[in-house]
Amino acid sequence: MAIFVDKKNKLVVQGATGHQGVFHIGEMKNFGTNVVAGVTPGKAGQDVQSVPIFNDVMDAVDETGANTSLILVPARFAKDAVFEALDAGIKTVVVITENIPFHDAMEFVHYAKYKDAVLIGPNCPGIASPGKTKIGILPGSIFLEGNVGVASRSGTLTYEIVNSLSEKGMGQSTCVGLGGDPIIGTSFINALDAFEKDKETKAVVLVGEIGGTAEEDAADHIIEHIGKPVFAFIAGRTAPPGKRMGHAGAIIARGKGTAASKIKAFEKADVKLAQFPTDIADLVEKYS
Amino acid sequence: MKLFEYRGKELFDKYDIAVPNGKLVNSEKDLSGLKFPFVLKAQVPIGGRGKAGGIKSAENLNDAKEKFSQIMGMDIKGFTVKKVYAEEKVEIKKELYLSITLDRTKRMPLIMISGEGGMDIESVPDDKIFKEWVNPLIGIQSFNIRNVVSKLKLEKEEVRGIAKIISKIYKMFREYDCELVEINPLIIRSDGSAMALDSKVTINDDAMFRHSDIAPELVELTALEKDAKQKGISFIQLDGNIGVIANGAGLTMATLDALTHYEGKGGVFLDLGGTDDPEKVKQAFELMKKAKPKVIFLNLFGGITKCDTVAKGVKAVITKEGIDCPVITRIKGMNEDAAKDILKDAGLITATTLQDAAQRSSDMAGGA
Repeated sequence: MAIFVDKKNKLVVQGATGHQGVFHIGEMKNFGTNVVAGVTPGKAGQDVQSVPIFNDVMDAVDETGANTSLILVPARFAKDAVFEALDAGIKTVVVITENIPFHDAMEFVHYAKYKDAVLIGPNCPGIASPGKTKIGILPGSIFLEGNVGVASRSGTLTYEIVNSLSEKGMGQSTCVGLGGDPIIGTSFINALDAFEKDKETKAVVLVGEIGGTAEEDAADHIIEHIGKPVFAFIAGRTAPPGKRMGHAGAIIARGKGTAASKIKAFEKADVKLAQFPTDIADLVEKYS
Repeated sequence: MKLFEYRGKELFDKYDIAVPNGKLVNSEKDLSGLKFPFVLKAQVPIGGRGKAGGIKSAENLNDAKEKFSQIMGMDIKGFTVKKVYAEEKVEIKKELYLSITLDRTKRMPLIMISGEGGMDIESVPDDKIFKEWVNPLIGIQSFNIRNVVSKLKLEKEEVRGIAKIISKIYKMFREYDCELVEINPLIIRSDGSAMALDSKVTINDDAMFRHSDIAPELVELTALEKDAKQKGISFIQLDGNIGVIANGAGLTMATLDALTHYEGKGGVFLDLGGTDDPEKVKQAFELMKKAKPKVIFLNLFGGITKCDTVAKGVKAVITKEGIDCPVITRIKGMNEDAAKDILKDAGLITATTLQDAAQRSSDMAGGA
């Protein structure tokens, strides 16, 4: 098992013919991902790394049975691309694109909910279930098949942590990059629930950042609903206070959002915290 | 992008939201044409200007001239006042608070309103602030507005005025891709009509491409930060003396944290992102040199980005243009061995672990 994605995912890549699309279709195929189609309007009939290109997602779904989409299109076209995928019946959408206006993200995150689809991102590196599939731009070389679940708001920092786990022989069930934007489709809580149910996952690593209350919300959820051991690293403990959104931000946050508040919340939930990103592997080894 | 109060009010005007009669004052001669008494307000992109002396009322022209000269050019929390807005005083019957912002947890726009507006809204208890979430796919509906307005103890004609303002503000929030629209205080006048006495408007930077009518404002940035922004490099100046270059925002933050652990202090946060383009690496180092750190700490993890490609870019800049401070590097990931050889060859210090590199950088910078 694994969470969210496995061997059953048949992938269509939206924005397949650009530089990133061509490169990552190759990388994903090397990892074992079943890439069945690409979409770029006006380029039907071509192929990229032996993957057929279609004009629209509906055609791709009809012809290939694709059930999962990877969004690599530029920010200003991303909302349209996600809506198109959801309307074509795609049930798992991974949005890599960064700098998407957050009003667009709010709309497509809600639409995904109504369509009963899983949406990961935006502004994320994607998701990998080692030995099964990778939907995204995470470097394939760092992964090892195993029992640690990883959920992260960061990109490179995740690779660093996964790499140090793999070097110690602790493989991963699934590693999901949730995305660094204020509005994301899949939260720590969604990932924790999925890892809790997943038989393969024995321990969970969360990689958080300052800003927002996702870590505090996750900590509350862990106390009530999660039995598996959870480990965490929080980046930005010494960063200057981020932009404050008028009084409104302070009223919503009520003192949450800082590194200190997140650390306190995790400690209360008995989550083991790492001082350095590369320490996570030692902690997991020691406590699980 | 945060808009100055007067620019936020220009937008309010566009949406037919009442604001007091006012004008921007660039020099003393602009002080005529408004009715006395009026208020002179420093235009700065930060809260707390009232307490800092940036808001003063003027009774007559001489008074206005004196107050204007006091406010213009003053420093408010690090921002020099370069713009002053003059606004006629209005009578106030009630002061409310109104804002629309995004709720990250619910992923929805959140309307907040309180009958206790004014200076100290953050200390108003939660049960006196009424909240309503709007489904972004269907937009604001009458029931949303009824839900919040009914909780305020208002008279009938006041309710109508406030309801109209909420719907106009939501329209503006949506159409201008706002992160925040805040009015504090939103006042009710004796005739029951509502008026915005202040404005705090933040437009989502990522959506600026569809708002060409809004001129960009980089007032919150330092000169080097502006330069970096134009080059598309994520660069933030901090108050320490170690320049950090890393790839990815999370890793860059974690690097600053590691320095703090060894009592070092970051002076620059430079996130290279996913690039290994030699031209970008060169620009990044040039910016870093201009910030004059005591030590540069380069922390890279190569995944898709190959370490040796970045290292080649670094070596090219350093051999060509030289560097006048120690550079400590810590490289991990794809092609790290090749990268280390290249950096050693360029005369840079290569550390083995993040801890080692952070400790050496902090020691060399001599603490904070």
